[in-house]
Amino acid sequence: MNALTVLLAPAGDQFGAPTPEELFNLPPIIPGVYWFTKPVLLAMLSAVLVIGVTWAAFAKPKLVPRGVQNAVELGYMFVRDQVARPFLGKDADRWMGLLVSVFFLVLVWNLMGVVPVLQFPVASHIAFPAVLALVIYGLKVYLGIKHQGGVGYFKNMMFPPGLPKPIYFLLAPIEFLSNMIIAPFTHAVRLFANMFAGHMLLAFFSMVGFWFLFEKLTPLGAPVGVVGVVMTILLTGLEIFIQYLQAFLFAMLAAMYIGGSLHPEH
Amino acid sequence: MTMAATLLAQEEGANPLIPHTYELVVGIFSFLVVLFVVGRILVPRIQKTLAERTDAIEGGIKRAEEAQAQAQVLQQEYRDQLAEARQEAARLREEAREQAAQIKAELREEAQAEARRLVEAAHAQIEADRQAAFAQLRAEIGRLSTDLAGRIVGESLEDEARQSRIVDRFLDELESSNAQAVR
Repeated sequence: MNALTVLLAPAGDQFGAPTPEELFNLPPIIPGVYWFTKPVLLAMLSAVLVIGVTWAAFAKPKLVPRGVQNAVELGYMFVRDQVARPFLGKDADRWMGLLVSVFFLVLVWNLMGVVPVLQFPVASHIAFPAVLALVIYGLKVYLGIKHQGGVGYFKNMMFPPGLPKPIYFLLAPIEFLSNMIIAPFTHAVRLFANMFAGHMLLAFFSMVGFWFLFEKLTPLGAPVGVVGVVMTILLTGLEIFIQYLQAFLFAMLAAMYIGGSLHPEH
Repeated sequence: MTMAATLLAQEEGANPLIPHTYELVVGIFSFLVVLFVVGRILVPRIQKTLAERTDAIEGGIKRAEEAQAQAQVLQQEYRDQLAEARQEAARLREEAREQAAQIKAELREEAQAEARRLVEAAHAQIEADRQAAFAQLRAEIGRLSTDLAGRIVGESLEDEARQSRIVDRFLDELESSNAQAVR
């Protein structure tokens, strides 16, 4: 990266790729109020947006849907048919409240990354996915113990029936580790890392475009700037898809964990 | 690559894997609010509406089926009634025809009887006339014959009793000899 930028940029003032430090460690919006940063503002905005839109759609739902109800119903149906029902079966309706909340909130968090001006995916700060993953994790363990018993839950998790005995020496610790420690961690980190990397990619290519076309326009650098702009546009499209996909995955994993705790034979 | 390197380089500064406490607080708070408003209040509403919609659609289908069944029953009824009416009409027609035939036969019978009666009456009349004429003739012939006989014989046959006796005898003979001829 440095060799390339040295070659293309005019001497003295060279292009520097944005660092995570400057991309993600944002200063407080109001000086002095240390906690009120951009991600915090966007997290609040997301919550308000989710509540506002859902309220507009579902506060007084019509038998024949119109306007915003149609659109949000589409999201509801998606969660119900693609997330809840495959993993929860007939229990799906009881968990729709949680799953819809999780899906809509994560989706809006993620989409904040491509909204002009705002342009920061809330989930790229680990705290936000971690909170959701933790809630789901707590629910998973609680439901598992409630429905399968304290011993039964761990027995079903670590000793799935129908395997030769020696395997269990290997399998039991792995299953325990994967279910109790790795699963919640990956649940949060998968979302976080995708948003983090996506934001870095977009920031990098838009920086390339901005730098080579506006800041230091040179005949040699201009094509690189064009590539940067084109890539930014293409990657924004990809990013929207990934943001939606990650929200779907996050909700789907939540449904899977809940379903697994309700019905161990899953 | 670059990202990993820069991540490592800034381990002390701001590790992106270490969450900020205030973000955790804001995150959990905003999630709980969303969960309460969306999950607790709004989702049950839309679920109720969706159930009602399903009900309405299924109810509509059921109502349509019922109406169709009803219409079919009604149609069957009408068809039955129509068939019945047709049968009734055919029966009435048949009856009328029979009645007409009967009346015709009766009338013919009556007419024939009347004709016979007339013919018989005519016969009787003719017979009576014939008898009357015959009786008259007999009297006339008797008188003429006695006149004739008296003249021939020259002898008065004024005596009533004798005269009529002779005439009767004569006529009886005449009658028996001429009976076939008259008929």
